[in-house]
Amino acid sequence: MIHALKMFYTTVGRKMIMALTGLFLVTFLIEHLYGNLLLYKLDGGVAFNEYSEFLVSSLFIRVVEIALFAGFLIHIIDGIYLTLYNRRARKIRYEVEHVSGLGTWFSRNMGLTGAVIFFFLVVHLKSFFVPYRIFHTDTSLAYEVASAFRSNWYAALYVVSMVILGSHLNHGFQSAFHSLGFNNIKYMKPMKTLGTLFALIMMIGFASFPIMFYFDIFGVGTDILGH
Amino acid sequence: MSETINLKLKVWRQKNTSAKGRFEIYDMPGVSTHMSFLEMMDVLNDKLIRGGQEPVAFDHDCREGICGMCSMFINGRAHGPLRGTTACQLHMRHFQDGETITIEPWRANAFPVIRDLVVDRSAFDKIIQAGGFVSVNTGNAPDANSIPVEKHKAEESFDAAACIGCGACVASCKNSSAMLFLSAKVSQLALLPQGDPERKVRVLKMVQAHDEAGFGSCTNIGACEAKCPKNISIAHIARLNKEYLRASLARD
Ligand code: HEM
Ligand code: SF4
Ligand code: FES
Repeated sequence: MIHALKMFYTTVGRKMIMALTGLFLVTFLIEHLYGNLLLYKLDGGVAFNEYSEFLVSSLFIRVVEIALFAGFLIHIIDGIYLTLYNRRARKIRYEVEHVSGLGTWFSRNMGLTGAVIFFFLVVHLKSFFVPYRIFHTDTSLAYEVASAFRSNWYAALYVVSMVILGSHLNHGFQSAFHSLGFNNIKYMKPMKTLGTLFALIMMIGFASFPIMFYFDIFGVGTDILGH
Repeated sequence: MSETINLKLKVWRQKNTSAKGRFEIYDMPGVSTHMSFLEMMDVLNDKLIRGGQEPVAFDHDCREGICGMCSMFINGRAHGPLRGTTACQLHMRHFQDGETITIEPWRANAFPVIRDLVVDRSAFDKIIQAGGFVSVNTGNAPDANSIPVEKHKAEESFDAAACIGCGACVASCKNSSAMLFLSAKVSQLALLPQGDPERKVRVLKMVQAHDEAGFGSCTNIGACEAKCPKNISIAHIARLNKEYLRASLARD
């Protein structure tokens, strides 16, 4: 066991931590998107509110929540560590360097897109998680969400952040499988396509909420807010 | 296309490892487009020697793309602008008349500059010494084909064995990672029955040697593959990861 844990000290093992935590966060994203889709039921937000109340009251979810925060924390700390470690591996830099065509922009900027996601997370938790989950506000969560997205800058921040999340996943999803050794010459191209497809679904899925509520498409906002 | 071009070379000059280096600019009029890049460097050095100056030190040996000695970062790319090419196999016809060409050594902490464009790549030797070998019994030579190897495995293994240890993968990697080089050897031997006895120890020891040399961690960007003169695929890195995971989780 100790022997097996030692693997996480190496450059290869550290990368596997990124992959494991990254894929764990991916499962959370899928679940989160499912929950959000309940906002489109046009039932005055009832299903969504019931679902979010279930999340707050369930003991099982309390445990998962701790794992989730730990997952984020490890992913972020290891991400910062690796980004700095790798940067320091070349103390003297090139005078001229042309990187176009040598790997994608997405792959070279995981630290940057990760940092933007982190900033977004802080704002996101502060507006929904903290008041609702910690302070148990009286208004329903569906109401909070629908009214928040009527704000220009708030809706815009969400859309931009989701594009960045898509960028992170476009490289990250397939990269995680590669890091864990689940890839080979035959699967490499299809895996990349699958990663892009997954990133697009997540990006469009999550970005649809600020857009739909901001423009009140199909009356999703009026349905919940009543105006 | 004209047969000769006029160039300006911006070359990294550095007396020794601890000295502070700087760029020198040299005019190179009338360079034949049929010359290889190294021949052009020879002409430059000839001029420098005749003028009583120190020639530019650069590594080279076979000059036919098989030894991996030539190591130059030419105009922002390892081995220059082409794919699947070493600096010695790069010809001057790929450059424009009037162009300034910047020539730098490989940059990575694990590859310290010895002089000018020559870097110390013994970190690669240490990685190979750590496990890039197979045990062979002495005695009579075994019969040919006594150990069957599936064709697709033999081919993939051979593709990995094509690595010439040039270091372009490290030079091109944003993280100065030597994972392509390391994985080429691990993958080559993992695919063959001959590599089986040391399979687990090999990958653990080689990864350790890689890290001790100060190379960075792979983030699957693929710049190495794009600039590898032997077009070695990063799929070998996935196999290395699998080998590493297997070896780490093994009970013994
Ligand atoms: C919902 C949020 C997130 C998800 C689903 C996610 C997912 C992933 C995945 C799947 C990977 C690929 C792992 C691999 O290549 O082996 C990854 C890598 C990475 N992530 Fe995240 N991540 C998220 C948030 C963050 C945050 C908040 C940060 C930083 C503050 C971050 C920084 C990084 C870094 C630096 C890498 C490594 C890049 C690389 O090795 O290529 N991520 N992420
Ligand atoms: S993997 Fe390619 S780029 Fe790296 S040392 Fe081998 S031949 Fe050179
Ligand atoms: S000198 Fe041998 S590969 Fe270039």
